[in-house]
Amino acid sequence: MADQILSFDEAMEQFDPVLGFEVHVELNTKTKMFSSAPNAFGDDPNTNVNEVDLGMPGVLPVVNKAAVESSIKIGLALNCEIAESCRFARKNYFYPDTPKNFQTSQYDEPIAHDGWIDIELEDGEVFRVEIERAHMEEDAGKLTHMGGATGRIQGADYSLVDYNRAGVPLVEIVTKPIVGAGRRAPELARAYVSAIREIVKNLGVSDARMERGNVRCDANVSLMPKGADKFGIRSETKNVNSLRSVEHAVRFEIQRHAAVLAAGEKVTQETRHWHEDTRTTTAGRPKSDADDYRYFPEPDLVPLVATREWVESLRAQLPEPPAERRKRLKTAWGYSDPEFRDVVNAGVMDAIEETIAAGATPAAARKWWMGEIVGRAKVADVDPADLGVSPEAIVELNGLVEGGKLNNKMAGQVLDGVIAGEGTPTQVMESRGLVLVSDDGPLLEAIDAALAAQPDVADKIRGGKVQAVGAIVGGVMKATRGQADAGRVRELILEKLGVNA
Amino acid sequence: MNELITSTATQLAEKLSTKEVSSEEVTQAHLDRIAEVDEEVHAFLHVNTEEALAVAREVDSLRAAGGDDAAALHPLAGVPIAIKDLIVTVGQPTTAGSRILEGWKSPYDATVIRKIRAAKLPMLGKTNLDEFAMGSSTEHSAFGPTRNPWDLDRIPGGSGGGSAAAVAAFEAPLALGTDTGGSIRQPGAVTGTVGVKPTYGAVSRYGAIAMASSLDQIGPVSRSILDAALLQELIGGHDPFDSTSLTDSFDNLAEAARNGSVDGVRIGIVKELGGEGFQAGVEARFRDAVELLRGAGAEIVEVSCPNFKYALGAYYLIMPSEVSSNLAKFDGVRYGLRVLPKDGPLTIERVMGATRAAGFGDEAKRRIILGTYALSAGYYDAYYGSAQKVRTLIQRDFDAAFEKADILISPTAPTTAFPLGEKLDDPLAMYLNDVATIPANLAGVPGLSLPGGLADEDGLPVGVQLLAPAREDARLYKVGAVLESLLEAQWGGPLLAKAPVLGTEKTGGVK
Amino acid sequence: MAEITRDDVAHLAQLARIEMSAEELDRMAGELAHIVDAVKSVSEVAGPDVPATSHPIALSNVFREDVVGHVLTPEEALSGAPDAEDSRFKVPAILDEE
Repeated sequence: MADQILSFDEAMEQFDPVLGFEVHVELNTKTKMFSSAPNAFGDDPNTNVNEVDLGMPGVLPVVNKAAVESSIKIGLALNCEIAESCRFARKNYFYPDTPKNFQTSQYDEPIAHDGWIDIELEDGEVFRVEIERAHMEEDAGKLTHMGGATGRIQGADYSLVDYNRAGVPLVEIVTKPIVGAGRRAPELARAYVSAIREIVKNLGVSDARMERGNVRCDANVSLMPKGADKFGIRSETKNVNSLRSVEHAVRFEIQRHAAVLAAGEKVTQETRHWHEDTRTTTAGRPKSDADDYRYFPEPDLVPLVATREWVESLRAQLPEPPAERRKRLKTAWGYSDPEFRDVVNAGVMDAIEETIAAGATPAAARKWWMGEIVGRAKVADVDPADLGVSPEAIVELNGLVEGGKLNNKMAGQVLDGVIAGEGTPTQVMESRGLVLVSDDGPLLEAIDAALAAQPDVADKIRGGKVQAVGAIVGGVMKATRGQADAGRVRELILEKLGVNA
Repeated sequence: MNELITSTATQLAEKLSTKEVSSEEVTQAHLDRIAEVDEEVHAFLHVNTEEALAVAREVDSLRAAGGDDAAALHPLAGVPIAIKDLIVTVGQPTTAGSRILEGWKSPYDATVIRKIRAAKLPMLGKTNLDEFAMGSSTEHSAFGPTRNPWDLDRIPGGSGGGSAAAVAAFEAPLALGTDTGGSIRQPGAVTGTVGVKPTYGAVSRYGAIAMASSLDQIGPVSRSILDAALLQELIGGHDPFDSTSLTDSFDNLAEAARNGSVDGVRIGIVKELGGEGFQAGVEARFRDAVELLRGAGAEIVEVSCPNFKYALGAYYLIMPSEVSSNLAKFDGVRYGLRVLPKDGPLTIERVMGATRAAGFGDEAKRRIILGTYALSAGYYDAYYGSAQKVRTLIQRDFDAAFEKADILISPTAPTTAFPLGEKLDDPLAMYLNDVATIPANLAGVPGLSLPGGLADEDGLPVGVQLLAPAREDARLYKVGAVLESLLEAQWGGPLLAKAPVLGTEKTGGVK
Repeated sequence: MAEITRDDVAHLAQLARIEMSAEELDRMAGELAHIVDAVKSVSEVAGPDVPATSHPIALSNVFREDVVGHVLTPEEALSGAPDAEDSRFKVPAILDEE
């Protein structure tokens, strides 16, 4: 039975939303959290496992130092305190993707706690989100549900388990309750997860590819009547794994809770599952062990002591925070607010920075990336940076246009050649025979022919309707197969007809 | 009896190095002995005949060839050894004494097994134990009990009854055990053998199937103090695969055993480890041992460890808690037994439940349920949390005792071997066997049990336990060697020479 | 005596994934109560000032460098599996959701 929902506007008239997020970040270490097996994505099943990852009898874990350092860096980037001493704990529950039937995690002593990040929404409004904790743990294996109609867990005949992902290092980042976002809650949800993704990517500690599950979000939503200060009962929507889904899931849950509360009923505290196809959530079956994980300190691992020197040496390695960097670049490049926002949203800020470093002006770099490359990337369905256009190629191409060797249309063809792997812009230009016709002789011939073909247009121009020149220019461009400088053609036509432009 | 099987490991090593005997002869003699007596004793769950002989021949040919390879051989190369079936071995099954792992073969070797392979000790096979090392009598093995070579109707101790009985019955000169609450020392005491629980972290636990991770320790089982020292040196040392492994060096143990001395050593009698519940014959042999040490120049002092009386309680909360988590992995998904529910829907949850119901024995289930209880919401602080605090108090008791004494002494077990079946239905009575051995596991300190003679009332072996401060394993061997030589001088030879004959010898068969 | 009911044991057995008959539950409830009585004195011994000891020998910061080590072959990984398909472990349908 489909859940009743209230419209978002109605919901916002009556209630204030309270949000909370648990974001899991997979670290991109070479090896797993507690074993030396490779941490790699997409390999054949059960090839990146050793006896530790399979939870074989007799095995013991050993902590990956790089994973600890990445976790501390995440903590620092989130303005957290790094615990002087922390430890691992076992979270006990039976599930076939969990090889030991407990997850080695952290419980009462996380490595990082009490931080915050400022989240800037599109219009520049800033929300401060407080971080409760960031703790280290290990990922589970991957289940594939076989048989049944949908490939989902419900109705499957059996499941297959691949433990390649088991033991991949995770950092779980938990927020404190986020109050006061009001109707901007869905937008804030998206912006928060986007910010976490950006931070861990910028730190270099995660590949941060949501489509691969490198960043996964559980979103908690509750509502309280407007003006109240006591939180309502929350739902937890699990594994919302794209930025768009996070926004939609929070919005849907707000509307669903509002309908329940408006009908005078109580929200059920439960896990919800997000369905991208219908953009709705459904109730999960309550997990029978959920109330009692029987945490206790992991006896096979010893406490972790983060000395001040160690933490400071890691702090010194932190790159410039993304928000500060954005501010700095926007000022340096002189882009307007909308121009800069488009650049950021298109994901080409880094590429533009590199292009400028290679010698392009900020305006030229933006023109090429936003005007030419982003569109082509969209068609090819890849990230703009993955199209294979180097900053040097753009600088070279821009030089060819500014030097009068190519017009814009031809430059587009050269760019296609560069993307197709045909060589540098100059090589492509030569091999494709793209030469701008700038010798007036052939142009004058083509102009004469074009004027003769359209005498009525020629008369109009002579009569002062200068804007009609476009038709003649078009004829000339057609005759020269585009390899003419349209500006020069226009000049010559007007000159020939004795008209002052 | 064949001298090849009654010799100590040290004596065999000597004979091998002088080529007086070959490793193949020695190994074959032990395999023959196993064939002769193990039907009665049932110390072995698996006999590794072919691989053991192959390793023996390899050692023999290396020695015969001479040169650098022969010179580089480990002193114990060619001396056969038995392995408690809790330790994983490539090529042989590892069952942990449980149906749930019956027939399972590990694709990897425990660290101690790697070391044994590198030193080329022929592995005779895998020895019986209480299921997952949970018990004090080896009666909780899924594959039937081991019998005490001193009296086949009595228990050999546990959990490592198989290793102790194998060594006592001359089926192996050496064996590996594991000790979580006394599983090496208590079987040693009731079978008249030597057993050592090293300092926690002195020997890698990698590949020992975990019972209680913060208490488990692998250690040597032997018929002499020096043999135990040599074996601990071989299997010990830092292991990067075990996060709790110590980086300290423990390579002075054999030297300590060879240079035994108690002159001026302060030996502390632990007041709380005696009296009520301790058999008269056990206390008598214990007092004799103390007097011998006093006579040899030791200063005997009394120490009090008032919190030891809570040790059993703390142990029976911490151990099952860790057990409940460590044994969760046996679920019928990745390895081992899978049992389908008799009726109803076929779901993985129900398959796990049916598998664990059929695969675990009563004692394993009891401890898993107890541990689940102790860790569950609302009880953690009162039980697990409190037990961890008691652990601190017990460590403090040891610290205070070691201010007054260099080494502590007590009976290893309160009684001699009891009849099979006597305590099987009374878990609490069974748990009391470990009352003197458990404090060392809780505190991580090393402990050694050696034969102290036979109790007057039943003629069965009594064990004497020595306890040293953490990392001071050498002290155990230094003092143990003195007591061993004084006692053997009294007895006119090793205590095991007094053990009843087994197998065909009983009826005047081959010698 | 400690109050441990048959329902308590049934809940623990469910948490521990051990199927138990009604008779087993009754027997276990009795045994458990006895054992708990025998060990519960520990909760009265140590006050709040006594720190807990989780490891017998105190160590800290034991790490492994992030260097790839050995892996098992899929054949070795699956060698003990009760059931497998396409190099993966095969399990019956899962009732609980993740």
